[in-house]
Amino acid sequence: MRRWIPLFVVAALGVFLYLGLYLNPKEVPSPLVGQPAPDFSLPVVGRPGETFSPTDVRGEVWLLNIWAPWCSICLKEHRVFRELIGDEVPIYGLTWKDLDREAAPMLARNGSPYVKAVDDIDGRVAIRYGVTVTPETFVIDRHGVIRMKHVGPITPRVWDERFRPLLRELQT
Amino acid sequence: MRSGIRIAAALLWLLALPLPLSASQPALPNADDPVLEARLNALAVDLRCVVCQNESLAESRASLALDLREEIREMMRDGLTDEEVVESLVARYGDFVLYRPPVKPLTYALWGGPFVFLLIGIGVAAATLHRRRSMPESESISPEALRQAAWLLQSNDVSPGAQAPETPGGPRPPSSQER
Repeated sequence: MRRWIPLFVVAALGVFLYLGLYLNPKEVPSPLVGQPAPDFSLPVVGRPGETFSPTDVRGEVWLLNIWAPWCSICLKEHRVFRELIGDEVPIYGLTWKDLDREAAPMLARNGSPYVKAVDDIDGRVAIRYGVTVTPETFVIDRHGVIRMKHVGPITPRVWDERFRPLLRELQT
Repeated sequence: MRSGIRIAAALLWLLALPLPLSASQPALPNADDPVLEARLNALAVDLRCVVCQNESLAESRASLALDLREEIREMMRDGLTDEEVVESLVARYGDFVLYRPPVKPLTYALWGGPFVFLLIGIGVAAATLHRRRSMPESESISPEALRQAAWLLQSNDVSPGAQAPETPGGPRPPSSQER
């Protein structure tokens, strides 16, 4: 029995390494959940002179979706927003570092899934939200508190499992 | 089995070896304010670049890392202390940005683990040594056995016809006729 112990130790190590392969290192718990959404005031994409701030939608449940025109997964996510989610909840976009100024024509061409999309050209507001990748989506409640952060694209399944139950709870 | 243990030990040893670290040079330094830059770099080596997770914020050239360094510069220019800068980053990205996570209930295993393993190792070593010490002494060699050993060693020099001492139960010395 004793002589098998090293084998067991190595096997246990192997199991941990194998399980580690399936963990997503990008999924880091955000300390912002449960905290008030950081405030900002940014120009609205495609509407010169207009600005948007989270205080404008105080009293509403809304989503803040971080996207960028150079992020192809975000564009796929837009299709999900347009076709599936419709008007379940207002979605606001935060356009991250659109250095090539593609966002406005792109949203005009494809149809914007957002009520409004703001222009965070230097990425400073995204930093305040602890953004690491696009897309990321925050669920913000009536009191302006972040209730959930989702990293990665929203698929129909993710919507059904993570978003819809929470939104139903927050909206009633 | 011996060799199996040895291979397992070698594998564990390999896993324990640190990867060669590239020289940690700050990426794209800013020459405007050398004092502030030195402060930034001292701080940034202990901060994780959140997009390229195994690089520090000091080494990374990822665009988010550049933005974050700019953000830190700005906070420092506004007169925030190093602790306040780190706090504000932790508030957004969590303890994950720290390469030296704070000691708290969630990280007890992380900080205490190595010592626990060290104690286990010491325990195993002590138990092994204790068992080895309490093993019975090897039986003392009887005078007959010694005599027979001496005879075997000298048997080459012994002239033909020499009589071997009889030992009951012991191996029979080769007779000189067989040579």
